[in-house]
Amino acid sequence: MSTETDAIQGPATAAWLKMEHRKGLRLLRAGGRWGIGDAAHLDAKLRRLEISTGEAVQIDASDIAVMDTAGAWVLYRAIKGLRAQGLTVEIANATPNVAEMLDEVVRNDNPCEIAPPQGNAVVNMIAQIGESVVDIAAETAQLISFLGSIFVTLARTAAQPRRLRLVPLVHHMQQVGLNALPIVGLISFLIGVVLAYQGASQLQKFGAEVFVVDLIAISILREIGILLTAIVIAGRSGSAFTAQIGSMKVNEEVDAMRTLGLDPMEVLVVPRVLALVFTLPLLAFFSDIIGLFGGALMAWITLDISPGLFLERLHASLGPWTFWVGIIKAPVFAFIIAMLGCFEGFQVVGSSESVGQKTTRAVVESIFLVIVVDAIFSIFFAFIGI
Amino acid sequence: MADTSDAIIRVRGLRNQFGSQVIHDGLDLDVNRGEVLGVVGGSGTGKSVLLRTIVGLNRPAAGRIEVFGQDLTSLSEAEREMLEERWGVLFQDGALFSSLSVAQNVEVPLREHSNLPPDLIDEIAALKISMTGLPAEAGPKFPSELSGGMRKRAGLARALALDPEILFLDEPTAGLDPIGAAAFDELIKQLQQALGLTVFMVTHDLDSLHAICDRIAVLAEKRVMVIGTMEEMLQHSHPWIREYFHGPRARAVVGA
Repeated sequence: MSTETDAIQGPATAAWLKMEHRKGLRLLRAGGRWGIGDAAHLDAKLRRLEISTGEAVQIDASDIAVMDTAGAWVLYRAIKGLRAQGLTVEIANATPNVAEMLDEVVRNDNPCEIAPPQGNAVVNMIAQIGESVVDIAAETAQLISFLGSIFVTLARTAAQPRRLRLVPLVHHMQQVGLNALPIVGLISFLIGVVLAYQGASQLQKFGAEVFVVDLIAISILREIGILLTAIVIAGRSGSAFTAQIGSMKVNEEVDAMRTLGLDPMEVLVVPRVLALVFTLPLLAFFSDIIGLFGGALMAWITLDISPGLFLERLHASLGPWTFWVGIIKAPVFAFIIAMLGCFEGFQVVGSSESVGQKTTRAVVESIFLVIVVDAIFSIFFAFIGI
Repeated sequence: MADTSDAIIRVRGLRNQFGSQVIHDGLDLDVNRGEVLGVVGGSGTGKSVLLRTIVGLNRPAAGRIEVFGQDLTSLSEAEREMLEERWGVLFQDGALFSSLSVAQNVEVPLREHSNLPPDLIDEIAALKISMTGLPAEAGPKFPSELSGGMRKRAGLARALALDPEILFLDEPTAGLDPIGAAAFDELIKQLQQALGLTVFMVTHDLDSLHAICDRIAVLAEKRVMVIGTMEEMLQHSHPWIREYFHGPRARAVVGA
């Protein structure tokens, strides 16, 4: 063995192939390193071989210094092709290494499919549509049952407040509430600035600059403050819930909990849902204030509306419900985001790849549902006239 | 098997540390051409870290690593890449790309590092799949559809795609049932002999050590404490080595 492997390190003579013509006999002389690096050009050469029927082919392998499986395969497939044409082919003077490689290759001539079967594109598309309809139906049913079990667990916790896990609750309140203040604040401030600036440039045309205050106050308090906060939190905390629960699921931590008699709904879901339901209204309030502040600042700079005038206008423009219409939606949005985040976490199966997929789903679904529910709220408020 | 001057991997004075925790300190190791070396050691002695350092996944704090007589730390990017084509690595669970079929996984190194025409790449992928004892039906399947043992075989097929000279195996039999593990040992031995491979194997499996390793390196006290054949291990007096090779689990294998 050591002699043949030494040759790998030996002088690297490139593989070569020469053809000699003798009467009725084609002699192919092969030599050098028949390795994977030379396999491409050897293969091209062998494919160009044109040998008329009736000739015998002899391959002299004595000069092959070393051969690997790629080199052996290239030679073997050429021999197979020639034999299929009805030619007799023989290999002469094969070294033990060459004979062994050829043997290995012959033993393993087992062609296989490379890619999974594709099927008909139209059929696949229809099947996919059908599959996703069935999936959506099944998931909706599961989501409703998940919603039910959250309520059951919440009711049980209300009956026995001792079962509420206070430390995780506070921990999650810090994570989703306190730690979200900078990002929520920054975005709200910028939106306030943008609204004031855009509103001012339009209202100036009518000489109604001062109504920019009404514009800012009503749009931020009723809609933008809470909606923006909910979307940021869905991206920030809804996704985190899915990823946390999903990776616990992959790690079998959720199963371990069950075998230890812990209810994952009680341990994992209730603290997260309550934390978000408690903190999202506070975040929305914070967002309102910062948004108004940004708007007031911009109104002062571009329109010369002093803070005093801004406050005065603010009082005049706000109805008794303007603020509450926004804040009332917060716990509902919080519940939707937390429920979907936890639900998708439990939907994770198998690999970490699935954690990524479910996290994306949780964010997309919760933003979608938040906006749908916001629209329903708008209709409802219009109906009752506030 | 081969004399000691013919080292294909030569590690000198290797030092690895993570933060303040020193894993290896002054570690020396020679792997001879054409041998199967088993690396054993207690948990946390840095067996996998050693493997990862040699193949360049982990940068050592100090020391020299020579593979094929070339110092790995002083090579340019292109030279390193050339060198990397000459070894194959099998990770613990195969580390197959989950979005590709088994055959496509085997084709990745071929497509990336060879200039072979596509039909030849397909054929060579099928050849490697068959060489590692997988049925042809496994080719178009995704890794998630395979058992653990089959995933390891597929990982081995990918590691062998470019006809490497050295094969690195990280716990090749971990997680396999005894029958599957024995079959995998047999496969490694058969391929090693047929292809003239040098095998560097991190393992905990006494059966593997006994069945296919020519020499065994014991990692302890941050270095290679002992290296030698199974017989030499059995005669060694160090308490950990005695415990390891004469413990209740070893007795059944070695028959001591």
